Amino acid sequence: MEKDILRKELKVSAIENGTVIDHVPSGSVFQVIKILNLTEYQNQLLIATNLDSQKMGKKGIIKVSNKFFKSDEINKIALFAPSATLIIIRNFEVIEKKKVEVPDYAENIVKCFNPNCITNNEEISTKFTVIDKIDLKLRCHYCEKITARKNIAFR
Amino acid sequence: MKNRSLISINDFTREEHIRILDLAGAFEKLPKQRILEDFVVATLFFEPSTRTRLSFESAATRLGARVIGFTDASSSSVTKGESLRDTILTVSNYCDIIVMRHPREGSARFASEISKIPIINAGDGSNQHPTQTLLDLYSIRKTQGSLDNLNVAFVGDLKYGRTVHSLVQALCNYRTTFHLVSPLELKLPSTVKNSIKERNLEYSQSTDLEEVIPKVDILYMTRIQKERFSDPLDYEKVKYAYILRNSMLAGAKPNLKIMHPLPRVSEITTDVDDNPKAYYFKQALNGVFVRQALLASILGVVE
Repeated sequence: MEKDILRKELKVSAIENGTVIDHVPSGSVFQVIKILNLTEYQNQLLIATNLDSQKMGKKGIIKVSNKFFKSDEINKIALFAPSATLIIIRNFEVIEKKKVEVPDYAENIVKCFNPNCITNNEEISTKFTVIDKIDLKLRCHYCEKITARKNIAFR
Repeated sequence: MKNRSLISINDFTREEHIRILDLAGAFEKLPKQRILEDFVVATLFFEPSTRTRLSFESAATRLGARVIGFTDASSSSVTKGESLRDTILTVSNYCDIIVMRHPREGSARFASEISKIPIINAGDGSNQHPTQTLLDLYSIRKTQGSLDNLNVAFVGDLKYGRTVHSLVQALCNYRTTFHLVSPLELKLPSTVKNSIKERNLEYSQSTDLEEVIPKVDILYMTRIQKERFSDPLDYEKVKYAYILRNSMLAGAKPNLKIMHPLPRVSEITTDVDDNPKAYYFKQALNGVFVRQALLASILGVVE
């Protein structure tokens, strides 16, 4: 058992200060990085995916050094990674653990599934109201059509 | 309502809808008033719609306004590749209010966000056509004396018709009992039906037109569009299902009025036109008064 834990630890090394985003669906790791604008991040950034997970089968994990996200910033990822957990690390110690929460609004993250929506035909930021946080349904501010979970695509 | 855009029927409250209907009533009594002489109204029809455009232009002209605009995208700079954004930013320099119809859903909302002058949505794709809803409410109130506690049947294509969706949602404010008559393939979408359920209003769904006629105060007919069917055989099955003939109206209530957003094709036979219960052409005229009320109140000429 101890050996297993040790092995896991070695796969992604610990960070001193920052945020660990755990339980990210493997397929969404790179989307999460993009949404959080981490592609140009200048500090240490550790990314692992397709790790074995008891809960999820396969999971991804992202460790961001020296970064503490505001909740409206981090909650954007709930649209793609509703299972994600956030772990706040200070001095190698876990200070706080929490689940991401689906936000009330989503601005310029998701694409409207309606091909005839003006947002898919002009340069416009998309805006959605989340009308169902459990089944994940988003109402487009422009065309008023509802984009459901199975149709959600990243912009 | 001064300087406010009208994009979606839900942008205005129930009280504001009533205010527009009252104002429309005043314009019906006195339709020619030169109260908009100082104003320029632009009608931008990126997609042709003769009826709606003429109705708006008639409303504006009868109030003395000058009308500029285009009647379809091919006679505008859209064909040169201009974006909607640039068209709106440019045209809004030339006029005091923009009436627009556009084939894409959400176009009018977007226009209202970038324009410094108010926008009236005259149809954005399959999404909203609020002035049609207001003229329908006006017609119902005028013929029935009130909007409350009426039995209203919607007949035909309830799935795709935005006119039906908006009017059902607006009538949910008035304790309406709904009778929904359509082929099984063209039933009212669940999102719209949910607005009826949320208000705990009564409704029935059936495929039989004749059975609902004696029960209702308003019979709202719609056209079944051939292009909505993937299988032409399915269309053949239902295309004659909902044809209203004068002989079917024998058992109707005396106050029944027949409405239709027009254009009509075959769903109401012409022998109904002479029946005093036929209201669809009067309904179209009411559109002019409602649009006069909207132009005058949004331009701030009346309160």
